[in-house]
Amino acid sequence: MNAQIAAILAIDGIASGAIYVLIAIGFVLIFAVTRIIFVPFGDIAAFTALTLAGLENKQLPGTVGMVAVLAAMAALMEIFSLWRKGALDRIPRALFFYLVLPLMPAAIIWLTAGTMLPTPLRLLLTVAVILPIAPLLNRIVYQPIADATVLLLLIVSVALHFAMSGLGLLFFGPEGVRTQSLVDFTTFIAGTPVSGQAMLILGSAIFFSFLLYLFFNFTLYGKALHATAINRTGARLMGIRPQQACTIAFLLSSVLAAVSGILIAPVNTIFYDSGFLIGLKSFVGAIIGGMVSFPVTAVGSVFVGVLEGFAAFLSSPFKDVIVFSILIPVLLWRSYTLVHAEEEDEE
Amino acid sequence: MNRQITIAVGAVALLALFGAPLYLAPFSITLLNYIGVYSLIALGLVLLTGNAGMVSFGQASFMGIAAYATGWASAVMGYSPWLGLILALVLTGLVAAVLGAVTLRLGGHFLSLSTIAWGLALYFSFGNIPGLGAFDGIPSLPPISIGGIALADSGQIFYLIWGALLLSMLAIHNLLNSRVGRALRALRGGNALVESLGVNALQIRLITFVIAALCAALSGWLYAHMSRFVSPTPFDVTMSIIFLMMAMIGGSGYLLGAVVGAAIIILLRNGIQDVLPMIAPGSSGQLEVVVFASLFILFLQRARNGIVPFIAQWIPEPHRERPPQADALPRQQQPAKDTALMQVEAVTRRFGGLIAVNDVSFDVRAGEILALIGPNGAGKTTMFNVITGALQPSAGRITFAGKDITGANASKIAAAGIARTFQHVKLRPKMTLIDNVLLGTYGRASAGFIKSALRLDRAEEARARHEAMKQLDRVGLGDRPYELAGNLPLGNQRVLEIARALAADPVLLVLDEPAAGLRRQEKLALAELLRTLRAEGLTILLVEHDMEFVMGLVDRIVVMEFGCKLCEGDPAAVRADTRVQEAYLGGVA
Repeated sequence: MNAQIAAILAIDGIASGAIYVLIAIGFVLIFAVTRIIFVPFGDIAAFTALTLAGLENKQLPGTVGMVAVLAAMAALMEIFSLWRKGALDRIPRALFFYLVLPLMPAAIIWLTAGTMLPTPLRLLLTVAVILPIAPLLNRIVYQPIADATVLLLLIVSVALHFAMSGLGLLFFGPEGVRTQSLVDFTTFIAGTPVSGQAMLILGSAIFFSFLLYLFFNFTLYGKALHATAINRTGARLMGIRPQQACTIAFLLSSVLAAVSGILIAPVNTIFYDSGFLIGLKSFVGAIIGGMVSFPVTAVGSVFVGVLEGFAAFLSSPFKDVIVFSILIPVLLWRSYTLVHAEEEDEE
Repeated sequence: MNRQITIAVGAVALLALFGAPLYLAPFSITLLNYIGVYSLIALGLVLLTGNAGMVSFGQASFMGIAAYATGWASAVMGYSPWLGLILALVLTGLVAAVLGAVTLRLGGHFLSLSTIAWGLALYFSFGNIPGLGAFDGIPSLPPISIGGIALADSGQIFYLIWGALLLSMLAIHNLLNSRVGRALRALRGGNALVESLGVNALQIRLITFVIAALCAALSGWLYAHMSRFVSPTPFDVTMSIIFLMMAMIGGSGYLLGAVVGAAIIILLRNGIQDVLPMIAPGSSGQLEVVVFASLFILFLQRARNGIVPFIAQWIPEPHRERPPQADALPRQQQPAKDTALMQVEAVTRRFGGLIAVNDVSFDVRAGEILALIGPNGAGKTTMFNVITGALQPSAGRITFAGKDITGANASKIAAAGIARTFQHVKLRPKMTLIDNVLLGTYGRASAGFIKSALRLDRAEEARARHEAMKQLDRVGLGDRPYELAGNLPLGNQRVLEIARALAADPVLLVLDEPAAGLRRQEKLALAELLRTLRAEGLTILLVEHDMEFVMGLVDRIVVMEFGCKLCEGDPAAVRADTRVQEAYLGGVA
């Protein structure tokens, strides 16, 4: 390996690392607010790529059907729980939020199916149709057990991932997709070629991380979320509704997942089940950050991306083995540096 | 249910099971074999998840390591499958020990997440190592043979599988009802309590983790020689979650839950594989995963405890006798009265900029009751935690019985002869009263995992039970030793903690607000008990708010205010001290 190859690998690695940054930050955000380790999060990114590819090929993407099924389930559960509480007057509102609102982007896609939309509109629609999936899953799967321990929520998450990847195959089919490049140029920095896509990925990662920073530090909703993350009961006493905070956390993180799905789609071939590995590699980054620190998570994710790039060059079949093996020294280091609050579950 | 009926039912069930190859069709026997093999893994998870509270998504890969080890040894190298078994157990045990040593210190969800990651890493490794047949796997493994008889037929290996399963269940049953087993079950509620009893929680976690991996290894070895073929697919992360599903649906707290869960999942899978292609031809494989995952989520939402406890609640509790008389456990030599037992010298504890305890010194003399009092926020609890090893002092020195114990951890301090209770009661509500008290005897007994599993600990166990019963009687809770601790009212729970501390045979008993939440009669009884203990030579240090309780009981008082020691002396002197009156009453009017 000479310096030229090393530089190219490093740039590739940083670009894929930047994707992991977006997903890892989403993981940490959801975990901090809801205590849920949302394993199917990578699947959301993969579904975004598949949706975008469907729109490019003028097909009706499977996402439309998926959102329709989830929205119907969530609406039924909500109506049933309102009916049992005897709060029938709140049903129209529930129908709007759980059925009409999530289905609007899907309806637009359904109506415009077959026509080639301009790129910005296509991207916007893709993000809009993906956004409801995670909050709807939250309503269907997690809300009934919001008081459960982190470990139980994790078991549920892993089961949910398998359900989602099965649904992914049913709705999207087994073919892999790769979308058109969003930008098409290559510059040379110090004699090393850098693709426009890599720069776009890096730029987006920085932009969205910065946006999140602004959100958390300078808006009331951001502070409310931050408060919920630190102390759920305390936030509740201050009039912050935990379920609402959860929904916001899921929505915001879904934006990050959707953006990373759009960014990765022109670079890698994405299958219905690609999300799991993408998600787990981001996890390694999130664990480096101890599942709490956003900046360390970002650094860790870039490190994972670069490591993966070099590992792929050295031994392609073993690149995933190498990336996951890095967890062992990372955990060893973490076990001595992380002061973890002990969870006192009395069953 | 009386004993004879239990034995009769058990004997008939065993006979029916081991006669199965005579009257069941070969297909049913094959299903039973799978149930047995998977029950073994689920059994490991019952121990790990249901009892010790750790969740692993890596059991399938442990099974895989074992299957590949024996596959390589027997099919590639041509050795005996029994050598393959040894290799499988050693290799899996080593891998589990290394992975566990690295991740168990973090515990909780970090452990579980990392199991997914190594599960995947091992899966990719199996599929990419050419010497192990890559994704094609290793074909034509030889059958296991016992005494020259090759167990090639499913009706033959059936006996080996179910024999191994029943023996493992027996061993784990013995283990759970032993000294280490109780410590393992107590891990669920967090480390603070178990460490204060002198248990090395990390070591117990690690051994439990390795035992669960060895169950998976045994299962992998049986699986490999049953299907006579090894490939990566059965050791995927999906299988790990199915194993977890078996344990949890059956009832992860119960050994029988492993078998019930495995049976239900395998029969259900078999049924679904027949039904789904009729509903959705073409995509049934993936639909099966969706159906299973959705059922599991629904189950976790609705009935987390599983099937066995659901059925068990209809079966009447067996009547259990009081533990019989036995020799007493060895006791510590109590130090001579009025010698200095513990010296606290200039101890300071800071939290960032806040000084919670500032340069406090006092002595505890053998055979006395010393009270540490002070208004709210005086630093009593911090002092208490520094003495018991829950917190490290920032400066200063603590010596106990001539030994320097400054900065020692909670389990070392427990071993030195200091037993404590907690301000917020820490009991194991799902364990019986006697089991909770038996936790206290941990440091006085010695039986380890192997001795316990083989039931060689019974003599020592009888002595420990006798001791626990004695302490229960002494605090007045001896009439219902098999009640669950969670059913007691708060006052009795406090007293139960004292019984647990006494079971440790301490030299110094440290009580954090023992009278809080007690009614007047109970307080009087507690004071009487503490007086008796003092008369027996025990030294007691207590932190208390209830002045009436303190003044009539203790020999000396140390008063703290704003982190500093205000004064010390006998109750009358302290009561007369104007500084104390000022601290409590805000100046004498």
